[in-house]
Amino acid sequence: MKGTYLGEFEEVVLLAVAIRAGDAYGAAVVNEIELQMERTVNLGAVHSALNRLQEKGLVSSEMGGMTAERGGRRKRLYTVTAYGRRVLEEVRQLRNQMWDAIPRTAWS
Amino acid sequence: MNPPRFAIYLLHWFCPPHRAEELEGDLDELFQQRVRELGIRKARWRYVRDVVSLLRPSLIRRDNTCLVSTNENTYPKPAYTTMLRNYLKIAYRNLAKNRVYSFINIGGLAVGMAVAMLIGLWIYDELSYDRYFDNYGRIAKVMQKGEFNGEVFHGEYNPAPMGPELRTIYSDDFSHVVMSSWTKDHILAYGEKKLTKMGNYLSADAPDMFTLNMLSGTRAGLKDPNSILLSETTAKALFGETDPVGKLMKIDNKLDVKVTGVYEDFPYNTEFKDMKFIAPWDLYVASESWVKRAQDNVEWGNFSWQVLVQIAPNADFDAVSAKIKNIRLKHNPEVAFIKPVVYLLPMSQWHLYSGWDKSGNLEGRIQYVWLFGIIGVFVLLLACINFMNLSTARSEKRAKEVGIRKAVGSVRSQLISQFFSESLLVVAFAFVVSILFVLLILPIFNEVADKQIGILWTNPVFWLCGVGFSLLTGLIAGSYPALYLSSFQAVKVLKGTFRVGRFASIPRQVLVVVQFTVSVTLIIGTIIVFRQIQYAKDRPVGYDRTGLITVAMNTPELYQHYNALRDALLQTGAVVDMSTSSAPATDLNSQNSGFSWPGKDPNFKESFGTIAVTHDFGRTVGWQFVKGRDLSRQFTSDSLGMVINETAARYMGVKNPIGMQVKWNDTQYRIVGVIKDMIMESPFKPVTQTVYVLNYGWANVINIKLNPARSSRESLAKIEGVFHKFNPGSPFDYRFTDQQYALKFAAEERIGKLASGFAILAILISCLGLFGLASFVAEQRTKEIGVRKVLGASVTNLWALLSKDFLILVIISFGIATPIAWYALNNWLQKYEYHTDMSWWIFAIAGLGALAVTLLTVSFQSIKAALMNPVRSLRSE
Repeated sequence: MKGTYLGEFEEVVLLAVAIRAGDAYGAAVVNEIELQMERTVNLGAVHSALNRLQEKGLVSSEMGGMTAERGGRRKRLYTVTAYGRRVLEEVRQLRNQMWDAIPRTAWS
Repeated sequence: MNPPRFAIYLLHWFCPPHRAEELEGDLDELFQQRVRELGIRKARWRYVRDVVSLLRPSLIRRDNTCLVSTNENTYPKPAYTTMLRNYLKIAYRNLAKNRVYSFINIGGLAVGMAVAMLIGLWIYDELSYDRYFDNYGRIAKVMQKGEFNGEVFHGEYNPAPMGPELRTIYSDDFSHVVMSSWTKDHILAYGEKKLTKMGNYLSADAPDMFTLNMLSGTRAGLKDPNSILLSETTAKALFGETDPVGKLMKIDNKLDVKVTGVYEDFPYNTEFKDMKFIAPWDLYVASESWVKRAQDNVEWGNFSWQVLVQIAPNADFDAVSAKIKNIRLKHNPEVAFIKPVVYLLPMSQWHLYSGWDKSGNLEGRIQYVWLFGIIGVFVLLLACINFMNLSTARSEKRAKEVGIRKAVGSVRSQLISQFFSESLLVVAFAFVVSILFVLLILPIFNEVADKQIGILWTNPVFWLCGVGFSLLTGLIAGSYPALYLSSFQAVKVLKGTFRVGRFASIPRQVLVVVQFTVSVTLIIGTIIVFRQIQYAKDRPVGYDRTGLITVAMNTPELYQHYNALRDALLQTGAVVDMSTSSAPATDLNSQNSGFSWPGKDPNFKESFGTIAVTHDFGRTVGWQFVKGRDLSRQFTSDSLGMVINETAARYMGVKNPIGMQVKWNDTQYRIVGVIKDMIMESPFKPVTQTVYVLNYGWANVINIKLNPARSSRESLAKIEGVFHKFNPGSPFDYRFTDQQYALKFAAEERIGKLASGFAILAILISCLGLFGLASFVAEQRTKEIGVRKVLGASVTNLWALLSKDFLILVIISFGIATPIAWYALNNWLQKYEYHTDMSWWIFAIAGLGALAVTLLTVSFQSIKAALMNPVRSLRSE
């Protein structure tokens, strides 16, 4: 199943959701990514990534938290699931493992 | 401080309702934030970008249940497209399940559409003939019409003073009057490079009249009497990549001219497609003494040129024609008895509406346009009938599906749209496939039809027709299942008490009869067209074409050394004999009157074909004597000798013409021999009464009989050597007489080939349909066949039972097709004075052929059904 594979952008979005824990919704994720990576992202890309993450079971969502800034509309708040957290850790571990495997001579 | 309104509309339009709230919220929040940080303009721009980026399938999808699982208030509504998608899915599954039917259905329809498209393109090409010229609506040819011995004739040959007359006396009516020589082979030479190209001498107005698209130089270039305008390809062939303007070159090795312009080639579908260069009329007059004489002496009796005109902007063809009607009568009143009329033939009629029979009725190419148009419509009709037959036959099998759909809540209008979308899907497939077919076939078709047609990718009319027709077929073919099946009562269908009525198959049978009527008619037509061609080919030609070649005499050098040239050729051993004549054996190009002979009725207005020959002509072409002898050098009196053909002897009404004196103009000739008729004109026409007189000066071609004992390639190489010596200024171009003769059949053979191609396709389509129907019937009667087999019916019995129905239909259609074919083809054959007759066996063969094909097609299915094990068909209930 494709569920286990995490694309680069998906990883970024997932991390952003984790950073904004408790207040992670579309616009917030966009802001977070723009802040962290200093690049502009489209809302559509973020939403579609969130959609995929939810289909894979890495995040869950519920509606809530309306504010005046949004014209009184509710947000869809995402939280990283336990499975999502495990996947993130796996990815990080895999990266570290590969970093450690680089021989010193490679840089010289 | 608001986001762009259209973006909001867009969002609401595509966004599923259960997601609108959060998305709009996010968009708004980001917008407000960006207004603060980046300013209103940037914020609006980003808003639009975000909305567009949201426009993606994963976000538009409405049945995304995964998102709603958390919230019961946002139950997704099904979209309008959901049901349609289901219909298409079911349609696709149906197609995939019944592969053979789908193949027959789509394939048959695609072939039919491809044929219709090809014919459509052909007709379009015919109708757009000559439209390349900007002055299409105002250009005309000056024509002569008259009556001679009760036969109406039309001619485009005009006397030389016609141009000046129109230009001066009727100057108000014409913007341009252009004298023109005929498009003929000329030798173009630049330095050492020599080419034979077709071209015309035209008045200086011509480039303006034709609105030549000049690539270099100017249209006015032709005003210089020693100039030449080249077409693009000619210029490339002669000068390569260098700019030819200003270069000096030679025409026919005698006329020095300067290139003053290069024009874009005329497209293939124009009257002047063969004209590769234009030289000034004045040069022609100056270089040809007989033309100069005709023009200077105002000879109204020498009809040798073409006159093209462009009428003035305020004039119309009929009015001008009426004005110039009596020009010929005015200048030579002595020909009043032929009722001469001068008129204008507009350019729009040149291609399709010129050609007349003897009583003056129009017999142009427009007839073929109609013929092929009708064939195209019929082939298309056949394909549509197939399509309808099969889809209606199949749809009865789907009564259960209709029942279930109704039971779970479909309303009738939904079922109707289901069946329509299904048939439209199939038609769409067929349309795409047919375009592929056309792409494949076009090169072959172009060759057979002598055209350069391409698909009109960019023409909206083409697409409109294609798509419009596809829609129409889809709607018509889908209408029966859509309207009839959707009216079933669910209860009856599902309980199994539903029965198709006894007469449900009647319309299908009628359609099969129509199909086979068309097919049989086309078979008969094809056979008769080919018989007619063969009949004319088998006609004795009266001379020997094998190894006979002709070489045009196009330079002055060739005229002076008849005997030396002949001796040199004979010495090579490659040549049996050589002679010159005023016309090749395949072309009778001159007819004259002014003959008298003893016993001639003084009121008889005679006309003879006239050919000038040399002593050696007879031996070169191998003509055959019925009476008398050939012209011979041994009799000095033969310098005024004359040979006539059999028809001429009959025409003159004399029993023994040998030795008779015939006076032509002011010369007394003596008939020395009568030959068997030589077919010099169309092999479908009777031979014209023709006289052959001795004249070494009146020569246009050299006839050469190759030595049959040598290979022709070797011989031609030797002859070429001789010609280079005698005629160094010109490339050696020759024509094989048998090939020239074969060209006379080109038009008929083209029709034959096209008609047979279409006939084969029509039969193929009909058989496909029959095959489908037969298999359907066999399947429907599986149980019946099983019961019959159990009760003791043999395979032969069953085969006869299943095939009989179809045979009856084919026999009925044969009965209808016979009189139609007889009537239509009889009319066609009557056009040819020399024609085959329609024997009964042609009809018998066509009928038997149709029966055999039907039987083969049907038997495959019926034998398969008859061989089936009855246990299998009866076991399940």
